[in-house]
Amino acid sequence: MALNVTQIREDFPILKREVNGKPLVYLDNAATSQKPKQVIDSISHYYTHYNANIHRGVHTLSQEATDAYEQARKKIQKHFNIAHNHEVIFTSGTTDGINLVANGFSSFLKTGNEVLVSAMEHHSNIVPWQMLCEKTGAQLKVIPMSEEGTLILDEYDTLLTEKTKLVFVNHISNALGTINPIEEIIEKAHTYGAAVLVDGAQSCSHIKPDLQALDVDFYVTSAHKMCGPTGVGMLYGKEEWLHKLPPYQGGGEMIAEVTFEKTTYADLPHKFEAGTPNIAGGIAFGTAIDYLNEIGFDAIAQHESQLLEYATAELLKIRGLRIYGTGKDKTSVISFNLEGIHPYDVGTILDKLGIAVRTGHHCAQPIMDFYKIPGTVRASFAFYNTMEEVDKLVDAVRQAQNMLS
Amino acid sequence: MSIAAIQEELIDEFSLFEDWMDKYEHLIQLGKTLPLIDPQRKTDDKLIKGCQSKVWLDAYLKEDKVIFTADSDAIITKGIIAVLIRVFSGHRPEEIAAANTNFIDEIGLKEHLSPTRANGLVSMIKQMKLYAVAFQAQLKK
Repeated sequence: MALNVTQIREDFPILKREVNGKPLVYLDNAATSQKPKQVIDSISHYYTHYNANIHRGVHTLSQEATDAYEQARKKIQKHFNIAHNHEVIFTSGTTDGINLVANGFSSFLKTGNEVLVSAMEHHSNIVPWQMLCEKTGAQLKVIPMSEEGTLILDEYDTLLTEKTKLVFVNHISNALGTINPIEEIIEKAHTYGAAVLVDGAQSCSHIKPDLQALDVDFYVTSAHKMCGPTGVGMLYGKEEWLHKLPPYQGGGEMIAEVTFEKTTYADLPHKFEAGTPNIAGGIAFGTAIDYLNEIGFDAIAQHESQLLEYATAELLKIRGLRIYGTGKDKTSVISFNLEGIHPYDVGTILDKLGIAVRTGHHCAQPIMDFYKIPGTVRASFAFYNTMEEVDKLVDAVRQAQNMLS
Repeated sequence: MSIAAIQEELIDEFSLFEDWMDKYEHLIQLGKTLPLIDPQRKTDDKLIKGCQSKVWLDAYLKEDKVIFTADSDAIITKGIIAVLIRVFSGHRPEEIAAANTNFIDEIGLKEHLSPTRANGLVSMIKQMKLYAVAFQAQLKK
C-alpha cells in the first residue's frame, strides 16, 4: 500500500519550518529522525498528568507512571519479537547498550580470546571493544570490506575460529547504508560458540527485525532514530546472557537487598537499570513504535526504496559525482562526493538552500580512510520525505557544483 | 592601511552583495588570492584544531611585521582565511593582538556560516592572535 506522505507530513510540526528563508528539506535522518506530534504529545502528557518516580511509590501517580513505562517495555518486546519481557533493558541509547555488553564481557575475556568487528563500524562500536581488549588482553580483529562497501564474508570465515568469543557488527552501516548479512554472520559465529552483538541504530527506522528468528545474542538501538526521543534506547539480550553478565552500574533500582556486607542484585531487567530512568523517554519510545507500526514497515520500506532508487539515478546524472556504498542491499542513505570539491563546501551551500545533510566522516573514520577521502556528503531519507525533495537536493547539488568548481 | 581601515573596506566590499550567493561567490574568489603556505611547512603541526575542514596556518616576522600564509582543502574555508589574512597580515604583533573582530559579524560571515564552521573561524582568529602574542614577546627580548 502506498503511503500518503502529504498526510504523514502533517504529523511532523518541524517539517513546516523554513531554514535560511527556504522550506526545510530534512535529509539527515540517519543522524536523527524528526518526531511526530504523537510522540511530542506523549512526553508533554506524561509531565502534565502523571509525572512520578516509578517502581517505588504506592501512590496513584507512581503506579500510573510505572504502568506506562512497563507498557512501553512490552511494546518494544512485541515489536522486536522478543521472547521475554525482562530481556528488554532500557538504556540511554545504542552506545550505552554497547558499553554495557563490553563491560560485562570484560569479566569473561582473557588473553588468547578474539573479538571480531566489521570494518564499517561507527566509532562507538569500535572504541568500547578496543578498551575491552586493552583491559583483558584479548585481540581485536577486523572483518574487511570491499570497494563497493560490503563485508567480505570469505575473510570472515577465515577470521572466525575457536578463539572468537564475540562478533560485533552493525545491521546497517550509518555511513554507507549497506545492509549487512547478519543472519549468516550470526549463524556462523554460533557454530564456533561466539556471541554476536548487532548494532541496530541505523536499521530500526527502516526494518522490523525479528530477534528470535535472528537468534542474535544482543541487539541494541536508539529511540531517536525511530521517531522517538533522544536519550533512550534498548538493549536486548538473551536471558541466559543477561544472567551471566555482571551489573553495569550500581545504584537504586538495580538492588534487591543491601547491607554493608553484601548487596544482592535485582532480577532482570532491573539488574541493569540503576537509578531513575528516562521515564518520559521510555514511554515516548513506546509511542514512537506504535506510530511506526501504524504506518507499517512494508509501506515504509517500499516508499524509501523508491526514494533511494530515484535519488541514486538522478544524482548519478551529475558529472563527477561518486556514490560510496553501492552494494545491492542498502537502505535509503546516499553518501557521495563531487570530484575535486570538499564535502564541507557542498554541505554549506546545501544548508543555504534549506537542505539539511550531514557532511564529514560520520563517526566512521576507518571507512573514510579506506576510500582515502576526508569525508562525504550524506543524504539520508525517511518515509516522510518526498520525490520533490529529492529534486530539490539534486538541483542544489548542481548549484553547489557550479559555484564551487 | 590600519587593521581597522581594512576591516571598514571589507565591510563596504561585502555590503555590495545583497544575495548570499553573490557573497559566497566573492568569498570563493578571495580564496583564490590566498597567500599560500610554503609546501615544505605544510605539516600537521600547522593544522588548526577546531576546523572541520583542514586549515594550515603559518606565520613569520618580516622586520617587525607579522606575515601569515595558509591553505585549506575546502574552498569556502580558503576564502574565510583569505579574508582574515587580508586583515591581519603585514601588521605589528601588538596591533594584531589588540584588534577587535566585530567586522566578521558585519560582513555577515559568522551569521552565514554553519556553527561548526563558525567555530573554525573562531579557532583561526585565536591562532593568528596567538602567533602575534608570541612574536610580541620575541620582539621585546
